[in-house]
Amino acid sequence: MKIVHTDVLVIGGGLAGLRLAIGAKRRGHDAIILSLVPAKRSHSKAAQGGMQASLGNVAKGQGDNEDVHFEDTVRGSDWGADQEVVRMFVNTAPKAVRELAAWGVPWSRVRKGDRTVIINGQKVTITERDEAQGLVAQRDFGGTKKWRTCYAADGTGHAMINAVADQAIADSIPVHERMEALALIHDGNRCYGAVVRDLVSGELSAYVATATAVCTGGAGRVYRTTTNAVICEGIGHALALETGVSALGNMEAIQFHPTGIFPAGILVTEGCRGDGGLLKDVDGHRFMPDYEPEKKELASRDVVSRRMEEHIKKGKGHQSRFGTHLWLDITLLGEKHIHTNLREVWDICHYFLGVDPVKEMIPVRPAQHYTMGGVRTDASGQSATLKGLFSAGEASCWDMHGFNRLGGNSVAETVVAGMIVGESVADYCDAIANAPTVPMGLVREFVEREQAKLAAFTKAGGKEDASVIKGEMQDLMTAKVGIFRTGADLEEAVDKLQKLLVRSRSIGLRSPTLGANPELVTAYRVQRMLKVALTVAYGACVRTESRGAHFRQDYPQRNDAEWLKRTLATWKGDADTLPTLAYEALDVGRMELPPGWRGYGAKDYIDHPDTPARQSAVEAIRAQHAGDRFATQAALMPYEHLLPEYLRGRNERIDERFADGDRPAAATTGQ
Amino acid sequence: MTMNATPRNHRKLRFHILRYNPAKADDTPRVQVYELEEAPGMTLFIALTEIREKLDPSLQFDFVCRAGICGSCGMMINGRPSLACRSVTQSFPEDIWLAPLPVFELIGDLSVNTGKWMRGMSEKLETWVHLQQEKLDFTRIEKPMDPALAEEVYELDRCIECGCCVAGCGTARMREDFVGAVGLNKIARFRLDPRDARTDEDFYELVGDDNGVFGCMSLLGCHDVCPKQLPLQTQIAFLRRKMVAQGTKG
Repeated sequence: MKIVHTDVLVIGGGLAGLRLAIGAKRRGHDAIILSLVPAKRSHSKAAQGGMQASLGNVAKGQGDNEDVHFEDTVRGSDWGADQEVVRMFVNTAPKAVRELAAWGVPWSRVRKGDRTVIINGQKVTITERDEAQGLVAQRDFGGTKKWRTCYAADGTGHAMINAVADQAIADSIPVHERMEALALIHDGNRCYGAVVRDLVSGELSAYVATATAVCTGGAGRVYRTTTNAVICEGIGHALALETGVSALGNMEAIQFHPTGIFPAGILVTEGCRGDGGLLKDVDGHRFMPDYEPEKKELASRDVVSRRMEEHIKKGKGHQSRFGTHLWLDITLLGEKHIHTNLREVWDICHYFLGVDPVKEMIPVRPAQHYTMGGVRTDASGQSATLKGLFSAGEASCWDMHGFNRLGGNSVAETVVAGMIVGESVADYCDAIANAPTVPMGLVREFVEREQAKLAAFTKAGGKEDASVIKGEMQDLMTAKVGIFRTGADLEEAVDKLQKLLVRSRSIGLRSPTLGANPELVTAYRVQRMLKVALTVAYGACVRTESRGAHFRQDYPQRNDAEWLKRTLATWKGDADTLPTLAYEALDVGRMELPPGWRGYGAKDYIDHPDTPARQSAVEAIRAQHAGDRFATQAALMPYEHLLPEYLRGRNERIDERFADGDRPAAATTGQ
Repeated sequence: MTMNATPRNHRKLRFHILRYNPAKADDTPRVQVYELEEAPGMTLFIALTEIREKLDPSLQFDFVCRAGICGSCGMMINGRPSLACRSVTQSFPEDIWLAPLPVFELIGDLSVNTGKWMRGMSEKLETWVHLQQEKLDFTRIEKPMDPALAEEVYELDRCIECGCCVAGCGTARMREDFVGAVGLNKIARFRLDPRDARTDEDFYELVGDDNGVFGCMSLLGCHDVCPKQLPLQTQIAFLRRKMVAQGTKG
C-alpha cells in the first residue's frame, strides 16, 4: 500500500484550496494539493464579473465600507448567514484584493475625470476623483448599495487563479493532478487524510495528513442545466457526508443565475447588467422595473431569476426551436465597452451562439449556478464534529451566504476563506495535541474498503448503466428541485432519487477495467452525487417556508418564527437512502442586523418572536455610539477575536485615511 | 446560427479518432470511426460526451469548463490545434478527424498532460511576480497603476495554457526544452508588469538562449492557432529585440 505523508492535505486546486495551502505553507507546514485537473483549469477560473470588496475607490462606491458590505450580504442571504462570519469576510475582502494586486492580478483601474456609463438604461456622466487615479476600480452588481465589485475586465477569476496558482508554484507547493479522493480516513472523531485514486493509472494510495481540507467547489452537476464546469459534481460534499459524522449545512439553498446563455447554460456575467445591460421579453419590453421598481435588473439573483421565470409563465418568453427564453440586451453599452470590459462575454456569444452582442440580444434563461450549502464548519473553517477536517470556499458552509449569495461574493470568499482557514489549519498543526498518531490499521482498512467497492463494479455483473442513472438524476433535479418548488414535486423527487440510489448499487460496466476508465469514474461518482442530490431535495422538501433562493410556492412566506435555522444533513448508514436532518437555530439575540425586509423581493414574512426585542436593543446601542461606526459595531456584535491576528486591522480608503502611526504592525504578510 | 430556423434533416457525422492507451502493454495506435447524428448547436464537447455515453465508454478526453476559458480541451481538429469545447460541428465537413495535441505526454486517446508541461515551464521561467519588498501592508490603500498599463498586462494574462501554441510550433518539435509561445508570452507579461522587480538581465537568464526567445524560427503557427488571439507575433518579436539588446550589452 502506497502511503504519502503530509501536514496538510488540500482536496481541490481552485482558489480556496490554493490560497489555503499557501497560508499553511508560509506558516511552515507542508501542504499537498490534490486536484482532478491542473489547478489553473479549476472552476474558479470561470468567475467573470468580479470580486466584492468595499474599497470605495470609484465615485459610485464612495461611502462604501465594511458596514454596507455586511448589510448587503446579510440581506442577500435572507438572514440565513452567520453574521459573525459575514463580518470576518467583509473585513478581510479589501486585504485580499490588495494582496492579489501585489501578487500580480491586473485589476482594472480607475481613470480620473469624466466618463459615460449606462445607469437604468440612460447615459450618465460620472466624474472620478483625482486621488482615485490608478486605484482598483469597482463596478455595479446585484443586491449591493454601492459599486463594490473589483474586476479584471470580465476574466476576474481567470486573472486571480493565474496569480494565486503561480504563487503556489513559487512557494513550491506540489499539486498532484488527476488525483481524486474517494474517502476521508477517520475514526468517527478525527480525520487522518484520504484514500486517493490516480485517475491515469487507477492506483489507490493513502494520503495521511494532520489536517485535511475539502475545497472542492460546488455541486452544480447534480442538475441538468447548470453554469458549472463538468468537474463540479459535489464529490467533496459527498466525502464529508459519507463519514457519517460531519454534516452538510443548508444544501437546499441552490442559486440559479439569471443569465445562463440558452440553451447551453454557459454563464454570461452579472457584470452585463451591472454595467447597464437590460432584460427584455418577447415584445422587446424591459420587464424587470414592473416587478422590482427599486433594484430592477439588479435585485439579488434569486429574485431576478424568479421574476424571469414568472414572466415566462405569463407567456412573455421568446419561443425558439430549443424552448423558451428571454433576452439580455447589452447593445446599449457600445462596442468599445463590450470589447474592453465584456470580452469573454463577446467570445462566448460568438462561439456558442453565433451572436454578436454588440449588435444583437443574447438569449438567456436562469440556470443552476451556485451551491450555498456545504460542509458545515465553525468560523475557523473546522468541522465541529470531525476534528482535523476543514473546508473552505463553495464546498463549505461556514456560513456567509445563507440562502442566497450575492454576485461577486463567491470569488471573494474563496481567497478570504483561504486566508482565514489557512491560518486555522496552521494553528491546528502547530498544536502539539494534534501531533499525528496515525492508526495505520485504520488507514489500511479504508484503502481496502475502497478497493473492494471498485472491484465490485467490475465483477458483480450489475445491469444498471451509470450515465443513464446520472442523466435521470440531473433531469429530475432540474424539473422538480428548481427555482419554483412545491411539496408534491419535492416528494416525487425524493422518492425517485431514492430509487435511483438503490439502482446505482447495481451498476455494471461495459468496459470493466480498473485503470484509466471514464465509465468507472461515472459509476462511483454517481452514487455519491445521488446522496448529495438527496440532501438538496429532502432538505427542500422538509423546509416549509421560502427563504432566499429556496422558494416554495405552497409556502411563499419567509417564516422566521419556525425556520430561522440551518439544516444539517448527515448520512448515518451505508444502506440508508435518505440523509438524517437536524436543525441548528440562528440566535436573533446576537444578530447585528435583526431580520427584516431585504429592500427587494416580497415584503411579507413571519417575524421571529425575538426580533422586536433585538431590534430595540440594536437601536439603543446605535444611539449610544452614534458617530463612531467601529464602536457601534463592536458593541453590537464583537467578531474580531475570530480572525487570525494579522487580518484584524481596519482598512484604509480614500475617505478613511490612516493617520501616520495608525499602521497596525500585525497587518502584514510574509510572516 | 438562427434560433428560429426550421429543423432539417441532420447530417451523419463521422468522427475519426486517433486512439492509443500507452498504459496498456499490448495497445497500438489506431484510428477508430464513430458515427453520430448531428444536433443543432452541437459542439465537440457535446459530440464526444455523447460518443462516450452511448458508443464507447472507454474513450479518453478532457473537458472542464466547456466554455472556452479553462484550456483543458486542446486537440488536433482536422489537423489544427484548437479548443474542442467551442468548436461547433456545423463549421466542419461530415468527416471530423481528432487527434491528441503533439509534443505533450500522452495520457490516452485525446487526453494529454498539458498540466505537467505547464508546471515545468512555470518553474523554469519563474512565472510569478517577484516582489520588490518582502513585507506588504494590505490594510493600506493599494499602489496605483496606470489603467492603460493594467489593460495591457491583462491582455497578455489572458493566456489559458491550453498548449495549442506549443502543438503548432516548429521549434517545439525539435527542441524538447523550448518554452514555447506560452512561456515567452509569460515573460513578456511579467516584463511589462511594474510590480515585478526583475530586469532584462534577469529575463535574459531565463529566455536568452535557443530554448527561449532565440529558438523561435518565426514560423508563427502559435499566433495563428491561439484561441485567445494573443498578440504572440509582436510580443515574441519585441522580446527578442529586448533580449538581443541585453545580450549585446557591454
